[in-house]
Amino acid sequence: MNGAPAPPIRPIDCDVHNAVPSIEVLYPYLEDHWRDYLVERGVTSLEPNYYPRGLPISCLPGARPSSGGPPGSDLDLLREQVLGGVRYAILNCLYSIQSIHNEDWAAAMATALNQWQVEHWLDLDDRLRASIVVPVRSPGRAAEEIERWGDHPGFVQVLLLARSSTPYGKRHHWPIYAAAVRHRLPVGIHAGGVTENPILPVGWPSHYVEDYAGAAQVFQTQLVSLVCEGVFGKFPELRVVLTESGVTWLPALLWRLDKNWKGLRSEVPWVDRPPSEIVREHVRLTVQPFDGPRTAEGVRRVMDHLGSDELLLFSSDYPHWHARDPYESCLRHLSAESQRRVLRENSLATYRLGPETGPDGDGEHG
Amino acid sequence: MVEGVAERAPERTRRRTTIIDCDVHNSVPSDAALRPYLPARWRRYLDLVGHKGYHSLERGYAYPKISPGGGARVDAWPPSGGVPGSDLDFMREQLLDNYGIEIAVLNCLYRAGEQLNDEYADALATAINDWQVEEWTGRDSRLRASMVVPYEAGDLAAKEIERLAGTPGFVQVLVLPRTREPLGRRRYWPLYEAAEHYGIPVGIHFAGLTGNPITSSGWPSYYLEDHTVMAQAFQSQVISLIFEGVFERFPRLRVALVEGGFAWMVPLLWRLDDLYERLHEEVPHLRRRPSEYVREHMRMTTQPMEEPERPHHLLDLIEQLGPEMLMFSTDYPHWDFDDPNRAFQVRLPEEVKSKVFHENARGFYGF
Repeated sequence: MNGAPAPPIRPIDCDVHNAVPSIEVLYPYLEDHWRDYLVERGVTSLEPNYYPRGLPISCLPGARPSSGGPPGSDLDLLREQVLGGVRYAILNCLYSIQSIHNEDWAAAMATALNQWQVEHWLDLDDRLRASIVVPVRSPGRAAEEIERWGDHPGFVQVLLLARSSTPYGKRHHWPIYAAAVRHRLPVGIHAGGVTENPILPVGWPSHYVEDYAGAAQVFQTQLVSLVCEGVFGKFPELRVVLTESGVTWLPALLWRLDKNWKGLRSEVPWVDRPPSEIVREHVRLTVQPFDGPRTAEGVRRVMDHLGSDELLLFSSDYPHWHARDPYESCLRHLSAESQRRVLRENSLATYRLGPETGPDGDGEHG
Repeated sequence: MVEGVAERAPERTRRRTTIIDCDVHNSVPSDAALRPYLPARWRRYLDLVGHKGYHSLERGYAYPKISPGGGARVDAWPPSGGVPGSDLDFMREQLLDNYGIEIAVLNCLYRAGEQLNDEYADALATAINDWQVEEWTGRDSRLRASMVVPYEAGDLAAKEIERLAGTPGFVQVLVLPRTREPLGRRRYWPLYEAAEHYGIPVGIHFAGLTGNPITSSGWPSYYLEDHTVMAQAFQSQVISLIFEGVFERFPRLRVALVEGGFAWMVPLLWRLDDLYERLHEEVPHLRRRPSEYVREHMRMTTQPMEEPERPHHLLDLIEQLGPEMLMFSTDYPHWDFDDPNRAFQVRLPEEVKSKVFHENARGFYGF
């Protein structure tokens, strides 16, 4: 993409967005009651508001479908612009069912959306994988949704959004993690989410740019919550993928959290080793945006501070355009070995992508 | 990055460095101590209602700290009785004389600015400031103080700044980072206008409670979290101050970020500069990159210092941030006190050490 040199291997793109072209496409998957509910009340869209149409971040140049649908809604265009260059693309559908307060409606919409993902995406291209959208406000219902799709080979992740009503470490969210672990699915936390709490922890900002800049802080606080509540002790097989989180904030957070843990750990005796160790074992981050310095030496230091090239997963965030191309911002500065890990191997170790037979994985039957 | 640096130099090889401590806490011993400084109307209010802030406990915190006394060092309780930080003689013995501190900036954390009643907050702030002159800055020439102001009411805060501007000893306006709205919002502009007019920096200091959860995903469970993610509240305030254009509107305003940590600033600026490149059209009132505003207008205190697993990474960080950005602080008498002789787990180059331990603060506060 963007004229970057073709990578030596076909990467796994861990963050691609498929969009609902219009709410009517979900009608076939909804019971009469909910279809009537949408029609009678004039509900025409659940698109989130964090991709303002006019801002350049919302769409890569050339990624708006000629059909007039939202960016990411056209599979043919996705094939042309993304799938030709990747082994797999993991879809994160951001249709905002998480914003719905009505528990039953949210659950019905999640099931419909997932069924639509199977029929209109996964069944049509074997390079696609998808994330299970869940009604996160009712963790029990979310776990049921994971059970519903957990054995489908096309679904490889549970999708949560970074802004939640309560921190994700809190115990009432644990049924989600139990279900994810049962099906060997990582939990992907993606930028965005509900906004019943102010979108900055100090209140409501004026500008979109503050909203998006603040998203990195949301990930930081969610990670602190997951670690301190003991989620990874309770679910040792759980993997969490921070998606579109930014990357470079991680060392500073871990240095602070490790120090505080040393002083305050009597409060959380179940956190029995330094948080940085727990995070390196259980958490991965996608590289778009990287939010790094502009020099090779600067990126080398970031990698040194991160402590491992196994933490990073390649992603494009297609069709959005918040940041510089990940090849330019990060990958070109890495060694060939690190590139191979970030582009592919780390994702194969994280996601349930099936057996890979050749060095390039091309013998895999998808 | 420097390879092979000594991870902790032996005590005896250290030369005494001049120290300006940019964060020391003097405590109001009790409400009674403020009564002589309150007008009759607010003495009566204190009796009738007393303090009423954002949370529902009559005293204490929903996230109990690691120790009593507002999270004090266990050895910081003065032998005279009273709470840690309330006894000047003991503070002299334990901090000022013990470490040879040349100047200490006092940040009194009595919760005036968090009162829901703005006018009561104003009366408390005035009383605390008069008490600070009487009991602290007037009694030891090494002490400087931050003005306590009712920062949620920008007009009242501006009046208090104006009242104190000629009073020796006050060097900073104190704001806590947990505000009702982001600090770039215009309700706070009168405070900045006054601070800029009188050439007094604004210090944003760790602490505070509001009705806003400390994460934008709600309230966490533990003090460990509350303490750790205060750094994210600071980051949000930096974002707000920059993008609301506060430094364009008040070009001589200076802001110290106190007790918020500093390691996060470097990656935050990478992110903000990148975003500005793509989204500058939304904020045409900005004329420079976010990092330029920060480097010109902001300084950060060192405590609680982040501790990388590999200590030499701290040197990388200081180099990336710029050693001119940092001002040393101890946070006496709190539990996470940084001892000037031990806080840095690596040996700093001499010129960096001079900047961090005294030169930067001298320039910023005009000592």
